Amino acid sequence: MSKSKMSKARRRKIAIWSTFLVLSLSLALPLASYSIHWLGMSATAQDASSAVNPRSDLWRAIRGGEPGYSAVKGEGANVLVQSGGEDWRQFKEGALLKNLPWAIVGMAVLLLLYHLFHGKNKLVERHLSGRMVPRWNVFERMVHWITAFSFIVLAITGISLLLGKNLLIPVLGKAGFASWASASMTIHNVIGPIFTIGIALMIIMWIWHNFPTVTDLKWFAKGGGLFGKAHPSAGRMNGGEKVWFWILMTLGVAVCISGVILVSPIYPQITIPGLDAARSMMQQASAVHAIAAVIWTAIALGHIYIGTAGTEGAIQGMATGYVTEEWAAQHHDLWLEDMHRDGKVLLPGEPRGAQNQRGTVFGPEKPLQLGTVYERTD
Amino acid sequence: MARMKFLCDAERCIECNGCVTACKNEHEVPWGVNRRRVVTLDDGQPGEKSVSVACMHCTDAPCQAVCPVDCFYTTGDGIVLHDKDLCIGCGYCFYACPFGAPQYPQQTAFGARGKMDKCTFCAGGPQDDMSQAEYESYGRNRIAEGSLPLCAEMCATKALIAGDGDEVADIYRERVLRRGGRPQTWGWDTAYEG
Repeated sequence: MSKSKMSKARRRKIAIWSTFLVLSLSLALPLASYSIHWLGMSATAQDASSAVNPRSDLWRAIRGGEPGYSAVKGEGANVLVQSGGEDWRQFKEGALLKNLPWAIVGMAVLLLLYHLFHGKNKLVERHLSGRMVPRWNVFERMVHWITAFSFIVLAITGISLLLGKNLLIPVLGKAGFASWASASMTIHNVIGPIFTIGIALMIIMWIWHNFPTVTDLKWFAKGGGLFGKAHPSAGRMNGGEKVWFWILMTLGVAVCISGVILVSPIYPQITIPGLDAARSMMQQASAVHAIAAVIWTAIALGHIYIGTAGTEGAIQGMATGYVTEEWAAQHHDLWLEDMHRDGKVLLPGEPRGAQNQRGTVFGPEKPLQLGTVYERTD
Repeated sequence: MARMKFLCDAERCIECNGCVTACKNEHEVPWGVNRRRVVTLDDGQPGEKSVSVACMHCTDAPCQAVCPVDCFYTTGDGIVLHDKDLCIGCGYCFYACPFGAPQYPQQTAFGARGKMDKCTFCAGGPQDDMSQAEYESYGRNRIAEGSLPLCAEMCATKALIAGDGDEVADIYRERVLRRGGRPQTWGWDTAYEG
């Protein structure tokens, strides 16, 4: 009733003022956040005057490689700064490039000096009986040579990738070296698994022959026949060969496992559990791979020298599978005794493999016995 | 000569991922590769902060130092670029980079790594500027066109700033003076020396 009595002027007044209120509030309310911000700002200013950066813990966490959340997926995508890479770079530019490769050069120089001043480890008995002793069977030789050739290819391609930037780019140019490096990496990645199988077979096949014995201690006490005329006693494997086996086993396991980690893909789109290696793991694998492989290459030079130019008649064993009785007597006398006892020595003129047809060792026939005098053919 | 730098203002970044999308679209980046990404710390908690990160174009770039084929080079503007014709996809730059910038598209069977891809500061690669070959390998060369990186230009809150380091620093300094607090030039101590 009072409403109807309201004057027209008053109604207009209310309409104008309410419109004004709505308009001004609609302008002012969105700005209300600023008033909160001003309050916040005074608080921030106060913080700034204090000694501690309010955000310092956050930045410290970031610098420490603390992972956060990222909508982008991939290895390390949720980490802002990782420091492991800097350590890896220091190692790569320092010890790995400046010190380690000298191990290979040092070994090569040592072997050259030994060969020049001492010379080949010759076979003492020059009159050969013609009797042959089976030393490495077909399977052993196949595994040895596949692994050996793989090793040489891997060493050449690996060293190319390691030192190419310093040694090969000046020679081949950037484009020339890039194509060689690309081929090297592909070859390295393809041959690597074959080599890994070879090393695994070697370990399974030869570990039984390589447990150390007292004989090996005596062998080392006499310097392994490296210098002087002494030819210390040895079984099928001498002390040096056993040490080489254990080096091969430890470095082999290290190199092969780290190598597999290094070829693992790192893609945001591939997440195969166990296959996608973490970045820190790859950095460590790279360091292990390089250290082990370079040291191994240096030691392998020694093995190659001893097996070829360094010892007369040694290559014959791994090439044909058989060694002369004289060579066996000089280098592996205890093993030769065993072979005689087991009737495994081939008489002159006997075909290869005849030792396997002879039947039981202590059978009634006993074709060969230790101490039996055989006629020399020469 | 300008010295190009990125700066992400963590007080402004709202984790919209617009920079990531802009970059991906502008350069037709290979599938599975994101040249830029946004990382959020303390996600969902008070004090949550987001930072957009890509290649920071370091002064003494670790990727450049460890590359076995020496495929990286730094332009006169301080932009770190690489030559995909030389790259062999070994992965070393990814191990070394503090910011996780280098990525590898899947190349062939067995998931072998392809040639590395990373942020170019929208400056293409070693091919002729703005050529088709350059576009296919590295994306658009906005620097040659006279523009700045698209991620920063598209940034809705202007959290991400790209350009000459001195100007970037001036803009940022002014902001800090206005709003108080302390400068937090994220990543600069790692990327830029001196």
